[in-house]
Amino acid sequence: MKILVGVKRVVDYAVKIRVKPDRSGVVTEGVQHSMNPFDEIALEEAVKLKEKKLATEVVAFSLGGPKSAEVLRTALAKGADKAVHVQVTDAEAGKLESFHVAKALQKIVEQEKFDAVFLGKQAIDDDSSQTAPILAGLLEWPQALYASKVEDAGAGHMKVTREIDGGLDTIKVKVPFVLSADLRLNEPRYATLPNIMKAKKKPLKNIPIKDLNVDITPQTETLEVTEPPVRQAGGFVDDVSALVAKLKEKGFVKA
Amino acid sequence: MLSTLSKSARLNQTRFIRLSHSAAAAKDAKPKKVAAVDSPSFVMNLFRGKAVTDQVFPYPLNMTDEQKETLGMVMSPLEKMLVEVNDVVKNDETSDIPRAVLDQFAELGTFGVLVPPELEGSGFNNSQMARVAEIVGAYDLGFGVVMGAHQSIGYKGILLEGTDAQKQKYLPDLATGRKFAAFALTEPTTGSDASSVRTRAELSADGKHYVLNGGKIWISNGGFADVFTVFAQTPVKQADGSTKDKMSAFIVERAFGGVTSGPQEKKMGIKGSNTTEVHFDNLKIPVENLLGKEGEGFKVAMNILNNGRFGIPAACTGAMKHCIQKTVDHITTRVQFGKKLQEFGNIQEKLVEMISKLYATESIVYMLSSNMDRGIKEYQLEAAIGKVLASENAWLVCDDAIQVHGGMGFMRETGLERVLRDLRIFRIFEGANDVLRLFIALTGAQHAGKHLAEQASGVGGLIGLAVSRVTGGNTGSNFGQVVDASLQDSAKVLDQQIALFGQTVQGLLMKHKKGIIDRQYEMHRVADAAINIYSSAAVLSRATYAIKNKSSSADFERKVATYYVDKAMKSSNRFLKDAGSGVENASKVATIESLAKEVCGNGGLTLQHPVEL
Ligand SMILES: Cc1cc2nc3c(=O)[nH]c(=O)nc-3n(C[C@H](O)[C@H](O)[C@H](O)COP(=O)(O)OP(=O)(O)OC[C@H]3O[C@@H](n4cnc5c(N)ncnc54)[C@H](O)[C@@H]3O)c2cc1C
Ligand SMILES: Cc1cc2nc3c(=O)[nH]c(=O)nc-3n(C[C@H](O)[C@H](O)[C@H](O)COP(=O)(O)OP(=O)(O)OC[C@H]3O[C@@H](n4cnc5c(N)ncnc54)[C@H](O)[C@@H]3O)c2cc1C
Repeated sequence: MKILVGVKRVVDYAVKIRVKPDRSGVVTEGVQHSMNPFDEIALEEAVKLKEKKLATEVVAFSLGGPKSAEVLRTALAKGADKAVHVQVTDAEAGKLESFHVAKALQKIVEQEKFDAVFLGKQAIDDDSSQTAPILAGLLEWPQALYASKVEDAGAGHMKVTREIDGGLDTIKVKVPFVLSADLRLNEPRYATLPNIMKAKKKPLKNIPIKDLNVDITPQTETLEVTEPPVRQAGGFVDDVSALVAKLKEKGFVKA
Repeated sequence: MLSTLSKSARLNQTRFIRLSHSAAAAKDAKPKKVAAVDSPSFVMNLFRGKAVTDQVFPYPLNMTDEQKETLGMVMSPLEKMLVEVNDVVKNDETSDIPRAVLDQFAELGTFGVLVPPELEGSGFNNSQMARVAEIVGAYDLGFGVVMGAHQSIGYKGILLEGTDAQKQKYLPDLATGRKFAAFALTEPTTGSDASSVRTRAELSADGKHYVLNGGKIWISNGGFADVFTVFAQTPVKQADGSTKDKMSAFIVERAFGGVTSGPQEKKMGIKGSNTTEVHFDNLKIPVENLLGKEGEGFKVAMNILNNGRFGIPAACTGAMKHCIQKTVDHITTRVQFGKKLQEFGNIQEKLVEMISKLYATESIVYMLSSNMDRGIKEYQLEAAIGKVLASENAWLVCDDAIQVHGGMGFMRETGLERVLRDLRIFRIFEGANDVLRLFIALTGAQHAGKHLAEQASGVGGLIGLAVSRVTGGNTGSNFGQVVDASLQDSAKVLDQQIALFGQTVQGLLMKHKKGIIDRQYEMHRVADAAINIYSSAAVLSRATYAIKNKSSSADFERKVATYYVDKAMKSSNRFLKDAGSGVENASKVATIESLAKEVCGNGGLTLQHPVEL
């Protein structure tokens, strides 16, 4: 099984996000970026499958500006065998939508004959959660979304456990398939310095977006990005009974 | 270096010429006239009242995109591990960092940062290393000392001075953390006076090994290290056939047998870091484990310390950032007198003080590491300034962070008291700050002294010198071209202080001549002025760099730089005026001496209690 894994470069989860003064987006310049955490989980699962000899090759994919090469090299350091960078400008990258990413993935899958595509369930910057289902639709492959466990089901099938509201949903999918990784699927390994150094020798292929014939004209227009409302300062109460009275008054506990 | 200083304080004035960092000068017993040489170092030239800015402007940071990217790739895993794998509170409570934790960091590559990849290291340069040390310092200074004792001093000697065979044999295991290293110099009677070690290594009759005997104290990683860089006296044949004890450096393995380590010391801070006595009992060192040349151990030690010195400022930079973040979190939420603390002028000033101290320190760290990366060799004074300034700024910043936290700052759960305890050692080890101040002032003064002597013997002689003193020297600075236009006011004041510095040092040299070595009152102040001046130059360079590169914080940096330089130049002026006021100082120094003598002579305070009981 040859697995393609999508990895997106996003503002690091620990960074305090600041909105640009003109409200056109968030400040990204001079800000620590890293691989989207859910993509890290997807990658880890693919690498684990390879270590279990269930997969033969893991290829990392990123659609983005020049610096996306960084997350691809991180992916190589974490165990991917090869990487593909579908290149756009930074300006274009800021306006990409799930649909464009799915289109680009579709082209790569068709060109290089993959058996599975692993993606994060969402990117922590735009929270769209759409790439995996759109891609499954485009490829007409089965989808296993929000995966929290992946097992071999034999005879060209995989058994995937999905976390759903109030329980677990276990499904069997036929390979080839699209998977999106949920938080509890695994704990991704760290990219170690020695592996980062070794990764520099692994192949990273650059493909300009125009070579894929994917139209990335935006379909949505961002009107405004604003800071979340500032939390109001709390107040002190004298004792527990005052607290209970307050909570009742505000309707947080039943009277 | 340090030893020459402290000894010379005892042996008095004859050592002036010997007050050199170079082994050549240290080797020579007899003082002889050394020709004045020009130095490319900014601080060295400062002592001649000259602004030689090649090593300062433009800001030398020059990481390739690839180096930046690799660094970026390890930063988040490193931070994650420092939060998730390492437990700083527990380390402090148990006075230990479990080996399992060290092993995980070893996998990450943090124990071989500067070792080339061919020897299983990470192949980072000094600037990348500084950034790594900064992150570690922000989370756990004790862990930072384990790392530093291992790679910045423990095996640094092998990296710098080792033969190819020594490197091949030791560095792969050390870089990967399969083995740990320690630096063993200090002894009960040998602290700042580094060359006075008593541990001895004598060549065996068959010439195959040295037999090592002696004891070291306060050795970081001493309890578990597998490889030690040990400094010991060896009898060395002189040209005239006699033998003389000289310090040599050795690579000693615990596996050689004869090494015993004492228990973990009970310390004020950096408790997670292991500190123990280490004893060597008839330990056989194969001759091929001599590090550097026989008799040149002092040079090896100084080279190691000098080379690793930027690690402490980097760790302190991280600690300061941590304290500032905590301060911001606190003052933007805590309400007193009906307002958030952030609204009070005094709180704002404290915060800005912290920021400007951080800015100055960080500017020096990356100036130093970048200069080392581009192969500059003469940075010993700059490195010493970085160590002194960083360790003191971090202490002050942490202290202020505690202050603005009020009672919360005193509480363990806030975590700042631990940082304060941890930071205290940085002013003591790897060159006590007081001794480093003397080193800075006297090395610089010696350099200027040689030039002065040469000048005085030339045309015009002393009269010329006296005239240049009165008219005020021209520093020859190019600040007009290299400093951003918006910072020219600051640059002008800096230029004036450089001139005043040169005049003050010249005045002191003319007055005290070789006796300057015993003028610690003046020398400390000269060093303090040098620290203020060099840090201001670094700050102006960094801010200019930010402005030129249109950094998102360029405007902020311009303001911080202006604020810092203004304060630093006022301090510098005060220090120099004080150092230069001869008659006044004579009586002040006499008072100090007599008061101290009286108390020491009495074996305690001679002060009568006001209630006479
Ligand atoms: C936690 C810890 C870890 C350490 N780790 C190591 C290690 O890994 N390897 C190692 O070899 N050593 C290590 N040391 C030892 C450390 O380097 C020494 O403590 C340091 O060099 C100072 O020496 P000292 O303690 O003997 O102080 P001293 O040299 O006795 O100095 C005491 C005071 O006198 C001042 N002083 C000394 N000489 C002069 C002078 N000429 N003029 C004016 N003032 C002077 C000093 O500035 C200082 O304030 C460690 C120490 C500690 C506490
Ligand atoms: C060990 C310990 C023992 C104690 N024992 C007692 C006790 O026995 N009884 C008791 O009642 N209390 C006790 N306290 C509490 C102590 O008195 C308070 O911590 C102290 O009054 C400071 O108040 P705070 O901690 O709320 O700090 P804050 O009042 O929040 O002050 C925080 C910082 O803001 C500064 N600040 C505050 N207001 C202004 C302003 N208007 N302008 C500029 N700066 C400002 C302060 O100087 C300080 O630096 C104790 C505290 C400790 C740590």
